[in-house]
Amino acid sequence: MRLPCPYCGERDSREFTYRGDATLTRPAVESEMADYVYQRDNPLGWHKEYWLHTVCRTWLAVERDTRTHALGPVSIARCERVGS
Amino acid sequence: MSGFRLARGGRVDRSARLDFSFDGQRLQGFAGDSLASALLANGVDLVGRSFKYHRPRGLFGAGAEEPNALVTLGTGDRTEPNIRATTVELSAQLQATSQNRWPSLSFDMMGINNVLSDVLAAGFYYKTFMWPAALWEKLYEPLIRRAAGLGKAANLPDPDRYEQANLFCDLLVIGSGPAGLNAALAAGRAGARVIVCEDDFVFGGRLVSEQYEIGKAPASQWLAACLAELAALPSVRMMARATVFGVYDTGNYGVVQRLVPEGVVPEPLHARQCLWRIVARQSLLASGAIERPMVFAGNDRPGVMLGSAVRTYLNRYGVAAGKSLVVHCSHDEGWTTAFEARAAGIEACVVETRDTVHADLIAKAHQLAVRVVLGGRIIATSGSQGLTRVTIETDRYQEHIECDGVAVSNGWNPTLHLTCHHNNKPVWDGRRDCFVPQHLPPGMRIAGAVTGAFSLKEALAQGWHEGAAAAEDCGFTAGAFEARPCSDDPQEGRSVWSVAGKGKAFIDLQHDVTSDDVALAHREGYRSVEHLKRYTTLGMGTDQGKTSNVTGLAVMAGLCGTSIAEVGTTVFRPPYTPVAIGALAGAHRDGHFRPTRLSAAHQWAVEQGAVFVETGLWLRAQYFPQTGETHWRETVDREVLAVRSGVGLCDVSTLGKIEVQGRDAAAFLDFVYSNLISTLPVGRTRYGLMLREDGFVMDDGTVARLGEQHFLVSTTTAQAVLVMNHLDFCHQVHHPEWDVRMVSVTERWTQLAIAGPQSRALLQRALGQAVDLSDESMPYLACRELTLAEGLTARLFRVSFSGELAYELAVPADFGDAVVWHLAQVGRDFGLTPYGTEAMGVMRIEKGHVAGNELNGTTTARDLGLEKMMSRKKDFIGRVMALRPALVADDRPQLVGFRPVDPDARITAGAHFLPLGKPATIDHDQGYMTSVAYSPHCGCLIGLGLLQHGPQRIGEQVRAYDALRGLDTVVDIVSPVFVDPKGERLHG
Repeated sequence: MRLPCPYCGERDSREFTYRGDATLTRPAVESEMADYVYQRDNPLGWHKEYWLHTVCRTWLAVERDTRTHALGPVSIARCERVGS
Repeated sequence: MSGFRLARGGRVDRSARLDFSFDGQRLQGFAGDSLASALLANGVDLVGRSFKYHRPRGLFGAGAEEPNALVTLGTGDRTEPNIRATTVELSAQLQATSQNRWPSLSFDMMGINNVLSDVLAAGFYYKTFMWPAALWEKLYEPLIRRAAGLGKAANLPDPDRYEQANLFCDLLVIGSGPAGLNAALAAGRAGARVIVCEDDFVFGGRLVSEQYEIGKAPASQWLAACLAELAALPSVRMMARATVFGVYDTGNYGVVQRLVPEGVVPEPLHARQCLWRIVARQSLLASGAIERPMVFAGNDRPGVMLGSAVRTYLNRYGVAAGKSLVVHCSHDEGWTTAFEARAAGIEACVVETRDTVHADLIAKAHQLAVRVVLGGRIIATSGSQGLTRVTIETDRYQEHIECDGVAVSNGWNPTLHLTCHHNNKPVWDGRRDCFVPQHLPPGMRIAGAVTGAFSLKEALAQGWHEGAAAAEDCGFTAGAFEARPCSDDPQEGRSVWSVAGKGKAFIDLQHDVTSDDVALAHREGYRSVEHLKRYTTLGMGTDQGKTSNVTGLAVMAGLCGTSIAEVGTTVFRPPYTPVAIGALAGAHRDGHFRPTRLSAAHQWAVEQGAVFVETGLWLRAQYFPQTGETHWRETVDREVLAVRSGVGLCDVSTLGKIEVQGRDAAAFLDFVYSNLISTLPVGRTRYGLMLREDGFVMDDGTVARLGEQHFLVSTTTAQAVLVMNHLDFCHQVHHPEWDVRMVSVTERWTQLAIAGPQSRALLQRALGQAVDLSDESMPYLACRELTLAEGLTARLFRVSFSGELAYELAVPADFGDAVVWHLAQVGRDFGLTPYGTEAMGVMRIEKGHVAGNELNGTTTARDLGLEKMMSRKKDFIGRVMALRPALVADDRPQLVGFRPVDPDARITAGAHFLPLGKPATIDHDQGYMTSVAYSPHCGCLIGLGLLQHGPQRIGEQVRAYDALRGLDTVVDIVSPVFVDPKGERLHG
């Protein structure tokens, strides 16, 4: 599989490290922390997930179809979070 | 069958003779032969024994579909089993051996299985060998493995080299038949980067096996011109002997290319095979089709062959499959086989299952003196090992026909395997009488026979159009298609799946699955395709059922009274044909399996006689044996005592080092460490603990504050990469608004620990009097930058893992070697002792410092006695979850020290703690020993471990119970700090 890194272009999946669900936000409320740590959906279809491009050290938010491995938009996690 | 070489014809080079051997017999072939064609030319009709019944088998196909002719090539460490003789390019001195026979191919003791075949039917293993289970491993499995099997692997390391490489293109063309070549021409002329992969050792696909005409001339002329033009196009790369075995995500294709013919030893330092990862924007699958066999009694006898294979041997290799041929067909193709054989001087008779065929065929048969039987079928074959006679039947009569070969033609199955690699199933096309691809992997197109269009005209047209469309999708402009007149293949036919007869009628020749087995599966309820496959093992051989799957489904559909479309098919997965493990491993074997990381001071350690140990990718000095020392313990004890009484030197460069800078660096470190970092003064170092978000300890290390906004973080060797990823994540995802930047500098610095009461004196001399090392200037946990020489800035930390007065000196890695030699030189006067990871481990256990054995992913800060490092003044990763009731429960095992009551007794890491006088059951388990070392200081083995209520039980005794090693030792529960509990040496 090849993933498009916004900085480096399309690169082989061996350069990336997978992390998981990118739709979650670390909660400020203590009572929500257990769900944040342990509860995960296992979506059939489109999923947004974190991948680290280990070469340029950028965490990416990648949209991927779990059925087909088709790729949707890939964004830089940092920019998404700051909203810029 | 008694095959023989015809006086002329074929594409072999009759001037280039090649000697080879089969089962020790010296034989000759020509350059351009396959091993199979050369065997056939030499009259070898028996090439193997079948998998289960050990029935004699001959060549059945002429390509990748071959189920029978599996041979072992080479000898010794170059033995390669289960190679299809039909795809092996004949080479000089090739050594081939038949398989699955004992003692010889023609006389095989295991042929007894054939007599026992009634009890060896489908599901036999499941029914017979289920009980008692204990006998399976010792008796049944070895018995079956001996009786039913394939070739034997060498059992020696593969001496050959394998390469792996990447290629990129606009269009990958898979298959070089008329469709593939025309696609390559269309896209190549347009300027697209094209790669053509051909499984065979020659290009052309069926063009080299058939007597086709293109543009009113032999197709070979068109082929030659086409190949010449493609070779001249700079953007086109032609790859023969290259099998596309898998279609992967986002346009990745797995290709294995044989750089030398199979069985040939490569030149020294040359690779035998190359595994290409081809990244293609578009691909065109033009893989053609595989002819379907017909199932009739005795259809596995050597001499029964696919009609297309008979034509391949005839037209491509100039080899006749026999002197007298019966063609058993349901399609017009069979008649072509008969006509071409007859034209080459072979007697031929057509036994056609249809009652009527086109009048032209009858006329041509008459003209060529080919006998014709309409509405006929073969109901039996005979011959001792080879074929001598078939029995045919029509509605009116039975008859014996003498022959030494049978060619079967029953339509075609598109070679659509690669279209299924993204889990797409093909669909049954009732009109074309075959499965055809429906959904394709992204970016893939198909052309030619794989689409179910079996004529040459369609292949040329589809190939061009799809190649042009692929080029246009990549932004090129392709030229228009010019149709040429071509001879067309016969099209008509109606498949006959199974012919009733007396005797075994085989569907899967490689796995010995008969029509009776499918009927049995049907009777016993295993009717779905997935059950059918697993119950009968249909299609599960190394050929993956290339000639048998569809027929098996069709027979099942007939039994169920449903259509093939309703029965459906199983799905094909990579690899298309077997791939050598060596090719998949490439250069990643032995020491190259993963890189070895060496510290800049490595050579120094080598010259001190170090014994090294792998820690992750790093090689670290484990201990430094001296002459006369007979046991590693003797060495380690000496190193420990030297550090505690004098001074030692240890290379600690492998620990992770991360620079953290920025206005918010302190806030960031407060967030990722459980303890407060922001209060650390500049010029000081602090021990830090990192938790995972679930509250368990992730890693520990030191944080040095080099400036107001500049920190240096150390990690354990093992977790360095994970911690770096974690820190980047915490910044980029949790707090991207913070002004902080970090970078791993692990390999930029050589870091040397100088430990022991003499360490200050040694460093003072090594660094010069200008450096103030006094306790006032450089107290415990101080850090500072030093200029050792112009342009050489070092960092000095007063930290200690051993519990002694100690320093760590970090210098840029380029100077690491020079500095370690300098310290060693100066150290001579101080009796400086190099020490390794073993001595370091002993000293940290003596001091009760936790390490990897305790930071094992299941322990909390509280478990390790580090509860005070959980700050209450701030939020940090893992804070909330670490406070879960279960993680602060009173009965969680906590860290304490242990020493055996009998100082000579043995204790081990991994031992479980049991109360005295209680049985060794899980109910009485109170924790476990994490680390054990011999302490020269204590004069006995000492341990660290996690024990329920441990800190409150100091002074009591428990049993350290190690059932694995048969140990049961009473130990005293003691403080985890065995040496210098007040820290006087540390602060000395």
